[in-house]
Amino acid sequence: MIRVDGRGNSSSLIKVRGLNKTYSRGGEKIQVLQGLNLDVDKGDFVAFMGPSGSGKTTLLNLLGGLDVPSAGSITVDGDEITHMSGSKLTHWRARHVGFIFQMYNLIPVLTAYQNVELPLLLTKLSKSERRKHVETALGVVNLADRMHHYPRQLSGGQEQRVTIARAIVSDPTFLLCDEPTGDLDRKSADEIMALIEELVGKYNKTILMVTHDPVVAARAHTTLHLEKGVLVEGKASPQTVMAGGAA
Amino acid sequence: MAIPIVYNFRSVKSRWTSTIVAVIGIAGTVGVFVAMLSLARGFKATLVSSGSEDNAIVMRAGATSEMTSGVGLDSVKILQDAPGVARTADGPLLTPEKVLIAPIPLLSTGTDANVQVRGVSPNVLAIRRQIKMKEGRMFQPGLSELIVGKNATTTYTGLTLGNTISLGSTKWQIVGIFDAGGSAFDSEMWGDIHLISGAFKLPDTYFSSATVHLTSAGALQQFKDAVTSDPRLKVDVTREIDYYSKQSTRMTQLITVLGGFVAAIMAIGAIFGALNTMYSAVAERGREIATMRALGFGSASVVTSFLFEALLISFVGGLVGCLAVLPLNGLTTGAMNWQTFSHLAFAFKITPVLLVIGVVFALAMGVLGGMPPAIRAASRPVAHALRDL
Repeated sequence: MIRVDGRGNSSSLIKVRGLNKTYSRGGEKIQVLQGLNLDVDKGDFVAFMGPSGSGKTTLLNLLGGLDVPSAGSITVDGDEITHMSGSKLTHWRARHVGFIFQMYNLIPVLTAYQNVELPLLLTKLSKSERRKHVETALGVVNLADRMHHYPRQLSGGQEQRVTIARAIVSDPTFLLCDEPTGDLDRKSADEIMALIEELVGKYNKTILMVTHDPVVAARAHTTLHLEKGVLVEGKASPQTVMAGGAA
Repeated sequence: MAIPIVYNFRSVKSRWTSTIVAVIGIAGTVGVFVAMLSLARGFKATLVSSGSEDNAIVMRAGATSEMTSGVGLDSVKILQDAPGVARTADGPLLTPEKVLIAPIPLLSTGTDANVQVRGVSPNVLAIRRQIKMKEGRMFQPGLSELIVGKNATTTYTGLTLGNTISLGSTKWQIVGIFDAGGSAFDSEMWGDIHLISGAFKLPDTYFSSATVHLTSAGALQQFKDAVTSDPRLKVDVTREIDYYSKQSTRMTQLITVLGGFVAAIMAIGAIFGALNTMYSAVAERGREIATMRALGFGSASVVTSFLFEALLISFVGGLVGCLAVLPLNGLTTGAMNWQTFSHLAFAFKITPVLLVIGVVFALAMGVLGGMPPAIRAASRPVAHALRDL
């Protein structure tokens, strides 16, 4: 169950409490997140929406350990990540987070296979074990026959599928998607969203997604809006979201 | 685990234009560096090979070269009887020598160069055994005949077999060409010491030095002790190979310092070239780097990866530089020997050690040119870099 009131139970997979993020720009302090709370359980699929500059990507970066909050805490699967050192956070990311980016962020000089293999190079898997994992991941995204293609030889939708394979190949604790369909046409976007839904439905993945597109957001279990630095309920089914005073 | 090496190889290949610029800069620097060192090595090798382990050169006490030394006939007679001097049926193996310089035009430019003229004993080839007659014959004692080194005959005008030249007040016929194994003697002309003294109107009882062939290399100390403790003699005894090695010091230092200076200036340019290449690589690949760091590759992996890339470029540059100057190996050139004020022909000497030094020099440039961009790549905030277009 997803909650934004800070009263989630201790079994929540992701627990965010009093999250603040302030940036300095030209001597001016800009508070992007203000005491944000969030609880996400395993298998949840949540979409974050909000106007540009509302802090969606900042929230995703904080949840993914790519940035550090000004105050508050983030606990994932029992690990509080907000006080981890840079190198510890790097290791944590490798183990727990799968990233899916709007611009795919594939390494252009590596093949699809090599791109998907990258996260596994940080594990102790043998070469043959890595091959098995990569082939499985590429199979899940239906790109087994394109594994030796370079990104430039793939369409946008195919590139995004490689990105998804790279995100799931090491079986991370949760996936973070930053506008996963933002650079795709509607047909490709539908295919990608079907794949993401399959990851949740079939493989019980926990997914947190930022999007501008209400059609895409509608496919998540829950949509939360970022307004003035806090999360508020958007489209949500009453049984999955409980916000203080709202539910 | 580190970022896969294939990433670096392919990245370098995909940015081949800027890579080539950096490679050429480093190759040029390494080429100059190795060429300068090989020049110094060649000069030193030429002089050092002139000396022999089992020969000793005797000069006036305190003299730094044959040009500033003087040994009288009375001293030579004492030296002949000293212990440790090898002998044959014809007598002791000792050659009193007179060293002069004579201006002879260079074949290459036509300008005069100082050629070393050495008056020697007829038994000199028994003392300097590494020297062989290549063409013609040894000069006849008492005749105005010269033999010339193989480099001298190809460097100076008129020093060909059978030709006659004027030296001092005498006309001399060149009757032989000798091969001194690439040593300094190859740039000299030799003749009968008595006739050479006469031609230059110098006393026949006073020599520049005396070189003795020892019974063995180990006999030097015995000879030296006997000679230096003799109150009638005021001389210094030096093993011949040490004397020539010392002679080469000033010039090799000069070449090394000048060459090092030129190479250092060029290296600064090459390092900036490498810096430029690597900084542009970091700028172009900001998002790739950020992606890899987001995936879990640490700062150390990024630094190592970019450093490896810089080293790869500099290694190729080093190899190209070394290969480019390799044809210089053995090429003969000439320079003034400041100890004797005479022109000395010597060859570039490119050894495997020099090539390794050249490649190490290139790698050092790679480290200096690659480290700052690598650190920059690793220290940029991931969240910001992910937004790079």
